Amino acid sequence: MAPAQRTERLLNLVIALLSTRRWLRKEQIRQAVPQYSEATSDEAFDRMFERDKEELRDLGVPLVTGTDAAWFDDEAGYRVDRDAWELPAIDVTPEELAVLGLASRVWQQASLAGPASRALVKLRALGVEPDESSLVGVEPRVRTSEPAFSPLYAATRDRAPVAFRYRTGRTGETARRRVEPWAITSCYGRWYLVGHDLDRGAPRVFRLDRVSPGITRTGEPAGVPVPADLDARALVRGRAVAPAERSARVRLLGAAGAGLRLRAGAPADAQEVEVAFADVDELAQEVAALGADARVLDPPDLREAVLDLWRGVLSAHGAAEDVPAAAGTGR
Amino acid sequence: MSPAAGRSGARASGPSAVGAGAGAGDRLSRLLAMVPWLLERQGVALEEAARHFDISTDQLVADLELLFVCGTPGHMPDDLIEAEWESGHVYLGNADAIARPLRLGQDEALALLVGLRTLADLQGVEDSAALEGARAKLTAAAGDAAAAATSVQLDLAAGADTRVLAVVRGALARGRRLHLRYLVATRDETTERDVDPMELQSLDGRWYLQAWCHRAQGVRRFRLDRVLAAEELDVDGTPPAEAVARDLGSSLFAPGEEVPLVVLDLDADVRWVAESVPVEDVTERADEPGGVRVRLRVADDGWLRRLVLRLGGSARVVSPPALAEQVAQAARAALAAAAGGGEGDDADELPGASGPPARVAP
Repeated sequence: MAPAQRTERLLNLVIALLSTRRWLRKEQIRQAVPQYSEATSDEAFDRMFERDKEELRDLGVPLVTGTDAAWFDDEAGYRVDRDAWELPAIDVTPEELAVLGLASRVWQQASLAGPASRALVKLRALGVEPDESSLVGVEPRVRTSEPAFSPLYAATRDRAPVAFRYRTGRTGETARRRVEPWAITSCYGRWYLVGHDLDRGAPRVFRLDRVSPGITRTGEPAGVPVPADLDARALVRGRAVAPAERSARVRLLGAAGAGLRLRAGAPADAQEVEVAFADVDELAQEVAALGADARVLDPPDLREAVLDLWRGVLSAHGAAEDVPAAAGTGR
Repeated sequence: MSPAAGRSGARASGPSAVGAGAGAGDRLSRLLAMVPWLLERQGVALEEAARHFDISTDQLVADLELLFVCGTPGHMPDDLIEAEWESGHVYLGNADAIARPLRLGQDEALALLVGLRTLADLQGVEDSAALEGARAKLTAAAGDAAAAATSVQLDLAAGADTRVLAVVRGALARGRRLHLRYLVATRDETTERDVDPMELQSLDGRWYLQAWCHRAQGVRRFRLDRVLAAEELDVDGTPPAEAVARDLGSSLFAPGEEVPLVVLDLDADVRWVAESVPVEDVTERADEPGGVRVRLRVADDGWLRRLVLRLGGSARVVSPPALAEQVAQAARAALAAAAGGGEGDDADELPGASGPPARVAP
């Protein structure tokens, strides 16, 4: 079905559910919306109707269910709650609308792009023109490239417990985790889930890019108690920053490693730099990029991580036979 | 199509009919916003209405044609929405059921509230009265839908160098030129240049300045954490008329045909590379679940070598063979140099393949 026909179907459905004072049963709805005649079987209609209901709820349509006292069976009837339908009249100023536009653009490249721009269109119905001239030209953006974002976002929003397989950073082992999600947070360009780990009986922070596909809900929505004094960002920052006390010494050849010198606050001709770091893997990548122009003096785990990257490159390029085996690493 | 548009489209359509329903919800939402607005402005010009909702007049006419065939059950002529626009002015009637604007959905309210809170965190970025007003009114308008907004938090201020950020923001607000000392990481060198700031952007936790660069005579993007020094000059910083800001995530350059094509295989764990560097095309790999093969134009072999070295075997240069060999050679030389070095207490000794025999670390 073409998108235009689906829009027609949804619009007719909304109007039918808004125009009724009584509960409409599924069969009545099927008759009332001409586009449902395309459903060739009861199952096909059921599928269509389920999708349409979900779509309308996503858009904010207050769809309610109930039964009529006169009905003998307990089949549900539907209608739209007209009292809950309307966007309250708010007198948004042109400057405020411009700021709201900026807020919606935060999501422009992320999975909430659709809802963010729909919200703005709805506010446009109030009739105000935004005054963009009041903005200074700062455009924050987030992205949600992790596949785990959508299901974990929805579970967090709905306060529903989840289970997933998670790979731990250091050991690289994958294990099943059962979590009551409290908040989902973007920090330092990564998404994290903060929640109560049911197996460990304590709050934990999970990196979304280490969550495997196949996230399941293990309970009903609204079942997760979120601590009132939760500071999710502090938990994530604390976790991301805690090991930043560590320091590495790297020998640089010639003018190479300008980025590392900058990070270390070292002069452009420094032969050796001392770099503070949080994440071994991240610093290892930066050093590995420099090839023979850089050499890690300390600590050993960073040196080993860099050597691993180079060995990986060599073996990926079909030269596995001449990979020096853990040479000079003290292993 | 932007990645975001692709994703929201995929969400709107069910698994049973991929793509069939793409955008239907967004369009319905627009129609439900448009009808109340038009009802209060009978006779409004087509162009004005299209501009207000940020769509083309053709799209507006298509929307009106759709409204025209919808209505209350029965769908006899008297039941249908009346719409007329032949005169270039829009008249709407018989749309009582949807005469009032629809409230915000939960995700919609959440997206805007989280966005506003993020702006508020970046203190001094926007007029705080407008921000606070928008937040209060949106919270009131959202009602119950606002409750979930605390479940998402963005921490964009974390890790930003507040000094550089403040200088750049000041120059942007006053429309002044900036002098930058800037590290070009891909060439591993430090440069000096004057730029006219256009837009300050943040993506994935990093801040970028988009500006007209007088040295390059073009629009360039600068990562703030690579700005070694920034100074506001007492010179007007209005960029030339041809300078157009691009959204982050889009590429500033479209490399020409003369630039050599490189084929690169990416494993699943470094798939993000396909989204962060400009590629010609991306295909799924049959030999590696979740992995992709990309083709990209590479003007600077050194850049590609550094990229592949950093990815440690999760990326492989498929062609040209000479470049693959160059990368392997670089890894070999690096390993030899590391093996040849000691603990580093003898400062004269430089890492190199011809260095003294390895002194094995303790």
